[in-house]
Amino acid sequence: MFDNLPLWPARASTGAGNVDALYIFLLLLSGFMCLAIFSMIVVFALRYRRQHGHEAEQIEGSTALEITWSVVPLGIFLVIFAWGAFIFFQERTPPRDASEIYVVAKQWMWKLEHVEGQREINELHVPVGRDVKMIMTSQDVIHSFYIPAFRIKQDVLPGRYTTAWFRATKPGVYHLFCAEYCGSQHSGMIGQIVVMEPAQYEAWLSGGSSSGSLASNGESIFQQLGCVTCHRSDTQGRGPNLAGIFGKPVQLEDGLTVVADENYVRESILSPSAKVVKGFKPIMPVFQGLVSEEQLTELVAYVKSLSAAPTAGTKVRESKVQ
Amino acid sequence: MATAVITPERENYLNQEYGIKSWLLTVDHKRIALLYLVSITFFFFIGGFFALLIRLELLTPAGDLVQADTYNKLFTMHGQVMIFFFLIPSIPAVLGNFLVPLMIGAKDLAFPRLNLLSWYLYIIAGALMLHCICTGGVDTGWTFYTPFSTAFSNTKVVEAGVAIFIAGFSSILTGLNFVVTIHRMRAPGMTWDRLPLFIWAHYATSVIQLLGTPVLAITLLLVVFERVFHLGIFDPTRGGDPLLFQHLFWFYSHPAVYIMILPAMAVESEVIACFTRKRIFGYKFVAMSSIAIAVFGFLVWAHHMFVAGISLYSALIFSALSYLVAVPSAIKVFNWTATMYKGSITFTTPMLYAFGFIGLFTMGGLTGLFLAALGIDVHVTDTYFVIAHFHYIMVGGAVMGYLGGLHFWWPKISGRMYPEWLGKFAALIVFLGFNLTFFPQFILGYMGMPRRYWQYPPEFQVLNVLSTAGSTILAVGYVLPMVYFLWSMRYGKPATENPWNAAGLEWKTSSPPPTFNFDQPPVVDFEAYDYEHIPEVEEVPVG
Amino acid sequence: MADSTATPVHGPELLHHFSTAQQQRDAASLGMWLFLGTEIMFFGGMFLAYLIYRLLYFNEFAAGSRSLDIWLGTINTIVLICSSLTVALGVRAAQMGKRKLLVILLLLTLIFGLAFLGIKGVEWYAKYKEHHIPGMSFDAGDLIRDYPQIHIDPAHEQIYFSLYFAMTGLHALHMIIGVGMFTYLLYHSMKGRYGPEYYTPIEMGGLYWHFVDVVWIYLFPLLYLIDRKPLG
Repeated sequence: MFDNLPLWPARASTGAGNVDALYIFLLLLSGFMCLAIFSMIVVFALRYRRQHGHEAEQIEGSTALEITWSVVPLGIFLVIFAWGAFIFFQERTPPRDASEIYVVAKQWMWKLEHVEGQREINELHVPVGRDVKMIMTSQDVIHSFYIPAFRIKQDVLPGRYTTAWFRATKPGVYHLFCAEYCGSQHSGMIGQIVVMEPAQYEAWLSGGSSSGSLASNGESIFQQLGCVTCHRSDTQGRGPNLAGIFGKPVQLEDGLTVVADENYVRESILSPSAKVVKGFKPIMPVFQGLVSEEQLTELVAYVKSLSAAPTAGTKVRESKVQ
Repeated sequence: MATAVITPERENYLNQEYGIKSWLLTVDHKRIALLYLVSITFFFFIGGFFALLIRLELLTPAGDLVQADTYNKLFTMHGQVMIFFFLIPSIPAVLGNFLVPLMIGAKDLAFPRLNLLSWYLYIIAGALMLHCICTGGVDTGWTFYTPFSTAFSNTKVVEAGVAIFIAGFSSILTGLNFVVTIHRMRAPGMTWDRLPLFIWAHYATSVIQLLGTPVLAITLLLVVFERVFHLGIFDPTRGGDPLLFQHLFWFYSHPAVYIMILPAMAVESEVIACFTRKRIFGYKFVAMSSIAIAVFGFLVWAHHMFVAGISLYSALIFSALSYLVAVPSAIKVFNWTATMYKGSITFTTPMLYAFGFIGLFTMGGLTGLFLAALGIDVHVTDTYFVIAHFHYIMVGGAVMGYLGGLHFWWPKISGRMYPEWLGKFAALIVFLGFNLTFFPQFILGYMGMPRRYWQYPPEFQVLNVLSTAGSTILAVGYVLPMVYFLWSMRYGKPATENPWNAAGLEWKTSSPPPTFNFDQPPVVDFEAYDYEHIPEVEEVPVG
Repeated sequence: MADSTATPVHGPELLHHFSTAQQQRDAASLGMWLFLGTEIMFFGGMFLAYLIYRLLYFNEFAAGSRSLDIWLGTINTIVLICSSLTVALGVRAAQMGKRKLLVILLLLTLIFGLAFLGIKGVEWYAKYKEHHIPGMSFDAGDLIRDYPQIHIDPAHEQIYFSLYFAMTGLHALHMIIGVGMFTYLLYHSMKGRYGPEYYTPIEMGGLYWHFVDVVWIYLFPLLYLIDRKPLG
């Protein structure tokens, strides 16, 4: 609207429009309610201001009115609830084939890694029109990943992965903020999201210095740490074969079943005995403190790649999981 | 045996005894209310000073007035001082303390010594907080989020935590005293359906204080233990869960919002009834809505955590429950508005504050509907939208209620009238200053400016400048009443027993009341807000 | 002035702002019950933390529980139940006006209370010796050696002991306050202050004591008896 006084944030993702629609609906609704209540107060205040010889009329109340103005608002509220929940549901369910970005937050910096291996700090390049899913964790305190132009925000916690996703619709440069107070330079923990046309993005991707894809880095860590000696690609290993397990349910020793998601893989590396796979012994050493957050994301990316659909660049292994 | 000779200065709670000892060792609820009044005013101005510094810092996008660390301490201590040392005790401990026994026709609260103890606990907590502020302060945000507060902050977290822990016990004791007093000390004839709505709302508030505050206490205690002994309960690197802290913290801190707003609603019911000269429309519904707020208020805490990493389904449940708690608040607003219908309305200072309260609380409440909607909350939580929303409730609602109540009962408390035209002027300034300060913050929030930012992108500057300008006006509006209240204690026109010609037992004793409140133990044979049977006086109370 | 119509039929115990002794007693009783309600919420926060971590880290909680001395715990439970009995009998004695009996029963309660604290101290000292106090060179090595069948993460073991000390510590703090309270009550009953017409303090003190007892009745199984069956 004005150059130095914008009154509405940029709308640059598929989800942003949905949020704005509900927001505008609520603005209109609130505006109407305010107008109704305030004009009633003003009218009453003027019409019934104190005059000599005129006494107030005592009215006890009206159950019918009370029920009306309880039930009608409740009905409206439930509509808002359903609408808001619907948007939230979409915000929280990333499309299956979204490309992944691993995010590690630390005081006071965002470290972002593309699956292809590009690493960025406080800056994220994404193409228009692609579903992008962030898998995020923090090295220290709680942060929050916030892109106003996309209307998304998700706290980033130490010790676990949280996710968020978006599909950018408009090329441009947008703010990335940390929205959860995280210490001295909280307000300096900002960056930018650079949304590019796909062609430009490809150019950027090939131009940058890549140190190998996440999964291939993960594989070399997998070798270095000796994981491969137990987690063999056949059924003879002392640990379960990891091929094809990701995203599938896993039977545990104690009879429970968990889905092998990012958090489960993460936990199994850091604290292996917490959820032991059925048929195996809790003999795996603890890697808490031995691998950095970045190495951990690479390992998770590697384990994931073992379950990926056969595409170029990822290794195909036989799935042994029923 | 009321055979006392009528003298110009009859004996009352203020002049019965003199000297510092008669105040510091008093067990009279009215004197303790005044002790609270002085102490919370002190903390209000400290918290307000922090707020002004925050606003001045935000005048420019760059962080140039204070260091980042100083700024972080400023907003932390602004929050802690304002919430735990001003808002929570404000109306209950000052007006509630003064009025609960008077309104139900009791000589005092049930446990007068406990009442004094709770003031001393408040003072000890306040002294500790002041010491903390003066020797370095604390920078965790008033929310003490772990693991930042337990493992990363290197400021005085333990001291601030202990101070708030102690202040919590002061609040618990006040609540306990009120509940017992309301149950056991009512005058003959003062049945539950004759209780003023002020009492109903304070009853609901007290229940929250009793059930919520202990959870805050244990949470802060665990934070202190965690910080000192590194237990790991909230520390993810030791197997703990930082979200457990947030659940425990908000289990208290969400209902705490109702500890702050319910008493303000209590005040407005009295003021609106008096200056429309009507019984409150839908008395029973207004009374029950207070109880409903207290009950539902305990079921919505996780709506502060929609993006914190809780599961999708718990977010859905807490969002739905949050809409339930909005209903009783809406009921109150509609009933107050309906009360004005066919009333006989006078525009006194307290009534102006009541108009302001309804307007600002309505806006605060409506923006609460935005925040409870999951899809929108994701975008606006932890931004200035939230800041604006809760300031509309707590400053626009609770502080307006507090100031309105203070004006309304000032003649009873001090025995003097305040200058009415100045009162109206100040009320206007507060209203305008408030809106100028906080309305731009709604826009800032939707634009995406995160809260607790020391520096910000330049496109947010114009709105921030407006907000800062408003805050200076607001400051004037807050200093004015303090000045003329002090002035009126000496020079104000002596107040009659019932200067507003109001209903209610507190107006049936002298101003200021005698130490034991009533010369004769009152017997109640009339309903609450019995304006039908109070003849209108010829003279309009105030010019 | 306001009291001038009231005839002084009551003892000096009736405070000025109450109209009858019954009203005063009811107020005190309601106040105490409300206070105990806040206490439940206070302990409730810790019980919640206990519940969550016990579900998450069952092995460590079981191992920690096994390392506690079940006999001392049981004796302490019995001691506390006995003290509750003497308190209840004490209230009865006060109501019946048996002042001597009241003094004896209060004395017994005090002895039981102190015995509980003493035994608790012995248990804590043993934990200190075993390096099981969180934050003070905590070491779960002995448990890891003792229970090779199950996996024990030292950090999670520390959470168990943190909760153990926080819960028993706060309980003991309540016991100490109770002992102080009963010393006061004992002193005044020796001076013969309580009788059939005025025994509210004894009753209120008793309520408090029973509450602290009940908390222990929950703490004992939660902390000591998590999983005592022999490990296979």
